[in-house]
Amino acid sequence: MTVRVGFLHSLIRPEEKLLLAEFAQRKATVEMIDDRAVQFTLGEPAAQVDVIVERCLNHSRALHALRLFESQGIPCVNSAAVAATCGDKLMTSVALAEHGVPQPEVRVAFTPESALVAIEAMGYPVVLKPAVGSWGRLLAKVNDRDAAEALLEHKTVLGSYHHSIFYIQRYVDKPGRDIRAFVIGDECIAAIYRDSPHWITNTARGGRASVCPITPELAHLAAAGARAVGGPKGAVVALDIFETPDGLVVNEINYTMEYRNSIAPTGVNIPGRIADYVLARARR
Amino acid sequence: MSANAVCPVCDATVPLTPDAMPSELVRCRECGSELEVVTVAPPVVREAPMEEEDWGQ
Repeated sequence: MTVRVGFLHSLIRPEEKLLLAEFAQRKATVEMIDDRAVQFTLGEPAAQVDVIVERCLNHSRALHALRLFESQGIPCVNSAAVAATCGDKLMTSVALAEHGVPQPEVRVAFTPESALVAIEAMGYPVVLKPAVGSWGRLLAKVNDRDAAEALLEHKTVLGSYHHSIFYIQRYVDKPGRDIRAFVIGDECIAAIYRDSPHWITNTARGGRASVCPITPELAHLAAAGARAVGGPKGAVVALDIFETPDGLVVNEINYTMEYRNSIAPTGVNIPGRIADYVLARARR
Repeated sequence: MSANAVCPVCDATVPLTPDAMPSELVRCRECGSELEVVTVAPPVVREAPMEEEDWGQ
């Protein structure tokens, strides 16, 4: 009997097309579930599928839809718990700290005044990040007190309440690049360097991708990071990793990974590996 | 079989690939607008939704 995959999506990007092609190759039946159209009635099944693979653009929709599908007994990749942790940088940092996974120093404060105290104690430069958000949006490198005061005021006045959870990270002086490591379960299957002259190295912002060898240190750290957010069996995640004089540290963990620029340089069929993982988790 | 849609921004022709599907993101080669495939038969595209605060990884 073929596995019925619920493909939870928003817009269909190259990542989704590649993944759909892999499911087709494996003769899985795919039901497209557009997060802009799906409706849930609590206690009733929203889809007759054996497993859900989540490819939403919006974190908020992904998180809540996953929880609803799980409440119907449908296994989801990733789980709602993984989405809840990885979709919030503060929760990710807490999980990493609880599991002893190295990361840049992080401080958190809830008012502009206490945030300024935390920043001054950490020392400049620091990076202020919104707890929720990605593609490098609204990241701010703060080089001095004047900038800190201005930014904190702007966040307080212009932002939603989410922006008053001040997530402060020590700035890491990267060697013009960072590493993105792809983990399926708890195995690091591929990694790229993201080179950029800008301090934000995200490929969505023009960072250039090239293959990064999976050293034992990288494999160990990536697996540890995946287990920190996904439990003993890990998750399907992409970790952003910084190289520091003291070793590798985990910057962020993404749970709806983008990989279109990483297949060619690594030679790894990342969507194929994801498809295999998803099908193996389907209920029988 | 490929089909052509019309860009709602600049009226240019937007060719859809044979494997195009609803919700797929495409770009108008004339004006650069990001477009979303609404239907493939007939070929119809609309402006893609604006990036939101919690988008992306």
